[in-house]
Amino acid sequence: MTPVIQTRDLVKRFHVPGGFLGRHPRRLTAVDHVSLAVRRGETLGLVGESGSGKSTVGNCILRLLAADAGQVLYNGQDILPLKETDFRRLRGRLQVVFQDPQSSLDPRMTVATIVGYPLRLQQGVKGTALEARVLAALADVGLQAEHLHRYPHEFSGGQRQRIGIARALITGPDFIVFDEPTSALDVSVQAQILNLIAGLQRAQGYTYLFISHDLAVVRHISTQIAVMYLGSLVETAPKEAFFRHPYHPYTRALIAAVPRPDPTRRQNLAVLPGDVPSPLQIPSGCRFHTRCPEVMAVCPKVAPPHVEMGPEHWVDCHLYG
Amino acid sequence: MGIPLRQHPKWRELRLTWRLLRANPTAMAGLVILVAMGAMALAAGWLAPYDPLRLSLAERLQPPGAAHWFGTDEMGRDILTRVMYGARISLRIGFVVILIAGGIGSVLGAVAGFYGGRVDNLIMRVMDVILSFPSLVLAMALAAAMGPSLNNAILAVAFVMIPKFARMVRGEALAVKELPFIAAARVSGARNRWIIAHHILPNCLNSVIVLGTLTLGDTILIAASLSFIGLGAQPPTPEWGAMISVGRKFLMDQWWYATFPGLFILTTVTGFNILGDALRDILDPRIRR
Repeated sequence: MTPVIQTRDLVKRFHVPGGFLGRHPRRLTAVDHVSLAVRRGETLGLVGESGSGKSTVGNCILRLLAADAGQVLYNGQDILPLKETDFRRLRGRLQVVFQDPQSSLDPRMTVATIVGYPLRLQQGVKGTALEARVLAALADVGLQAEHLHRYPHEFSGGQRQRIGIARALITGPDFIVFDEPTSALDVSVQAQILNLIAGLQRAQGYTYLFISHDLAVVRHISTQIAVMYLGSLVETAPKEAFFRHPYHPYTRALIAAVPRPDPTRRQNLAVLPGDVPSPLQIPSGCRFHTRCPEVMAVCPKVAPPHVEMGPEHWVDCHLYG
Repeated sequence: MGIPLRQHPKWRELRLTWRLLRANPTAMAGLVILVAMGAMALAAGWLAPYDPLRLSLAERLQPPGAAHWFGTDEMGRDILTRVMYGARISLRIGFVVILIAGGIGSVLGAVAGFYGGRVDNLIMRVMDVILSFPSLVLAMALAAAMGPSLNNAILAVAFVMIPKFARMVRGEALAVKELPFIAAARVSGARNRWIIAHHILPNCLNSVIVLGTLTLGDTILIAASLSFIGLGAQPPTPEWGAMISVGRKFLMDQWWYATFPGLFILTTVTGFNILGDALRDILDPRIRR
């Protein structure tokens, strides 16, 4: 079965002004040859620290950013070479929910306008037909008709995120990027929103890319998990295999760092030494070697091999090469 | 969509603005001044005791008194009457200039800020050239080149005011275009022009209203200055600046001639300035909610 969305060797670089009067701009590789696949009805959880390029991957798939190299296949078709006018026909099939529910809703528009937006722009739905669809979408996310003519500032953070989800779902999209949808919310609300997102997928068979820095959240919602470090993937696996047997030292450190609610056991957090290196100066060889607890002589010299450890379980590490 | 006016979202926002305005004494003072000026301008035909153009040489240059509260000018015309009719002209100049300059300037600024790069450079360098002249001097030159008339003065003042709006809106557009709701609109299939018209400009509207109110004072002042040097409204039009211009010849002996039009300019400009200042606070979303 062709994945709904697949990236092949996706690369995105940014130019950072530097030097005297910006004469020597430096290149920052935010996404370095990332290849992912998301099958219909599944959720790929994309995990990484801030600055690892996980959001950039999402933005490149949605063509909010122009990728520098690689492919993004939507149902097998590369969408990156499409002209903007041709791609616009696909807009609305690929949707997004952002992190900050406050700034992802136009403060000068009412809920009715915001939620109906993709339908109106994509399919020209208007008037009572539009209102009916908006009401249905609001009902799906647990909001009522009385909310229709209110402004975003009249809602709580959780409700605003529901509005953002309703907007993303109203067209019945093939693929939805969730870019840290719960990290701006109160902990008590996070679970509600996560359950809503998961419930909608069960009911409608949606396909998700779920971007998060929080392994606990990703574990709750994903079927597949991919870990990014400094712009490239270090490990991808089905969820069970991922937590049962993580291979990459970085993945192991991440899993070990998830706090467990067990007061009888003293927490023994395995903290990685040092900070994430600057993406402007990515370490040679394996980019994780500066912090890796199991670093070997080969690591700083040679890029790690891409090794299959089990069904759909891939890891980029010299330990297994 | 069929909802009663009282629950219409725009109406609720308006009511909130009005509540905040009423709670702010300075703002109310500005508003009262301007409403009074506006009412005076509108009702000049009924309120004014005389005809603003009627000559009566027998009554020339009379000091303020019971018959002529503000005195008369060198043609025996009643100055109170002329000041009241003058409000029509000055306010009209102010509003027309702000509509033209605010409209053109906002669109230019939004386009420059949104597209960035070459478009931005082209538009903003032209704006810089306009800004590099003192606005009064440039307006004078333009008005003189187009020929002295009220409409030419309006166009000249509007032209020099464009960069103020363009600059401010460009700055706002730079901030707004990075917000996620712009990306969300793009993902929903919105084109650039649609985004500028439906997201960027509406989100700059509050600042444009504030700047427009503050600039209205300046505009009236510059227009009056143009009339003062003979480039704007032409005599015998009862324009405040033109009246001061003639009145200054009589300033030594007939102080009332230039003083009353001057006081009205002062009051109106002050009214717009304090209202604009208060609106800046009232329309600020951080204070609103």
